[in-house]
Amino acid sequence: MMETPSGFWGPVPWIISTVVAVVIACLIRTLGEKEHKSGVQGQEFLMGNPRLPEEKSHIRAHNIYWGFFQGLRRYYEHATNMHTGIINDYIIWFLSLLAIMLMIVFVVEVI
Amino acid sequence: MSSLLIHSPILIIAIPLLAAFLTPFISRVSDRARDALVIATLVFVEFLVIILAVDIYRDGPHIYALGASSPLLAMPEHYMVPVRIVLQVDAMSIFMGMISATVSLAAAIYSVSFMRNETGKDKFYTLLLLLTVGMMGLEFTGDMFNLFIFLEILSISGAALAAFRTNFADALEGGFKYMCISAVAALMILFAVGIFYAQYNLLNIAALGQAIQYTMLDKIALTLLMMAFFMKLAGVPLHMWAPDTYSVAPAGITPMIYVASQACMYALFRVCFSLYGVTLNTLTIGWIVIVIGVLSMFVGVTMAVRQSDIKRLMAYHAVSQSGYMLLGVGVGLAVLGNPQALAAYGKQAMEGGIFHIINNAMYKGLLFLTAEALFYSLGTRDLNKMGGIAANMRYTSIFFMIGALAISGIPPFNGFASKLLIYESVYQFNPMLSVIAMMISIITLASFVKVFQSAFTGPILPHFRVVKEVPGPMLGGMGILTAIIIFFSLFPGLIVDQLIHPAVEALISRGAYINAIMGGMQ
Repeated sequence: MMETPSGFWGPVPWIISTVVAVVIACLIRTLGEKEHKSGVQGQEFLMGNPRLPEEKSHIRAHNIYWGFFQGLRRYYEHATNMHTGIINDYIIWFLSLLAIMLMIVFVVEVI
Repeated sequence: MSSLLIHSPILIIAIPLLAAFLTPFISRVSDRARDALVIATLVFVEFLVIILAVDIYRDGPHIYALGASSPLLAMPEHYMVPVRIVLQVDAMSIFMGMISATVSLAAAIYSVSFMRNETGKDKFYTLLLLLTVGMMGLEFTGDMFNLFIFLEILSISGAALAAFRTNFADALEGGFKYMCISAVAALMILFAVGIFYAQYNLLNIAALGQAIQYTMLDKIALTLLMMAFFMKLAGVPLHMWAPDTYSVAPAGITPMIYVASQACMYALFRVCFSLYGVTLNTLTIGWIVIVIGVLSMFVGVTMAVRQSDIKRLMAYHAVSQSGYMLLGVGVGLAVLGNPQALAAYGKQAMEGGIFHIINNAMYKGLLFLTAEALFYSLGTRDLNKMGGIAANMRYTSIFFMIGALAISGIPPFNGFASKLLIYESVYQFNPMLSVIAMMISIITLASFVKVFQSAFTGPILPHFRVVKEVPGPMLGGMGILTAIIIFFSLFPGLIVDQLIHPAVEALISRGAYINAIMGGMQ
């Protein structure tokens, strides 16, 4: 058990609970329909279009979370522009932050 | 055995250093002999680190004065200050030493197979051992000038290793960038060391800690040191070199460069807690560390989720995870001057942050190795070109899943334990910070779901049907880190009580750190 500020964390009870939950889920599954038919029933249906070959049906990385990136489009424009990949810019960031830090360290003391 | 224990701080640095210079000669005789020498050296270093750790956790810190009649004699006779090179190894230093030794060993084992078809392996292993020397020295040194020296060893070997695969154009660029930022950071540190020496005539950290008065020059030195270490640990907005460098370094080396960055984070903590301690404005400096941490978490993870190069994605996650450590320890630093808050939640925030360092070294190291295993087998780092690999690379898939679940903070893995400590304790300091940390965890999970879905699941692509699992030693390297992750996941209480808690106490007990060298000379 690991103590936390408001309680504790023990992985073993958690693992046991998960195993029990999985066993219960499997038991419920055994109560399901047993007369499953293979063939057309198991295939995807895309608005009447012919079925794509398997390798073409794979969703590639650049398509995942498209909506998330669209929603944060403006943030990503700024963030991407910030990452120029030019070493001179890295040093400019360093010097800028150094100046800000010096100001903070000295101004706070004066206040 | 006791003699070995007494000399172990210097042996941990000297043995890989000697082996590094022997490696090119042995390499001329036989590749297998060279591989055996490197692995045996790192196994012996791991053994020394473990026996030293056991002794430190049981009996307290170790001092090793070079050139003294007895290595325990830090202060020469008739002298008021320590003038020799001194290694000072307490629970925090040895904790970091264990991380560095373990990751170096796993990286070397992994590299035996990964580098089989490469040329220049004599230089590769020499640099690998020198990188280990740099990390160990940085973590064990007791004086500021040697901190600079070991940082230089670490940086030069790290840059050379990042640029090692010169057949890739971006490798040279990654190595060059690492060299540039390291040179700037080293210059800042040297400037700060000069400021200390000019003011106090001292270089020893404990002696400086006793003498320091937080003058205007000390504030400038503190700012320079913090900036240098933020740059080296890739804290936002000084993180931009990290994806460029981590993504091009050879497998095995990426986790090592990442752990080297964590060694720089240790140096930052050592400067803030042991050198300056409560003499500085802890609330202000603590908040600076927290803000850099939160920025690193947010920018790191949001940039990671967008990447399609698997190693760049992992590199941005490395930046993000460093933010958790800065957040946890930053809260501890912010309340260092407030004993009630420190006892109520500050120490546990630090425990969370420091527990996250070791957790992250293991699962981030594992994830970097799995990413490079994919590159080794598929010949691409582009996630858009991958698919259905799990069928042919089952062990790598399992290792990846374990690493991904751990980094995302999914129970019962070790990442959850350290993040839970951070969430709960940081909540008492500022609830909003805790909410941000939890949100970042969700995006981390989303990011790794993307990798798993696009690379491992789905129908296997026709040109990958002949792909096979990576060779045994590469699986062995990943297996070592996976075993440690599972152990840490099952026994988080044991790890926190036995390793983390003493490390935190060592970090905040500035008086004990100073007294270990200065004795009763307060």
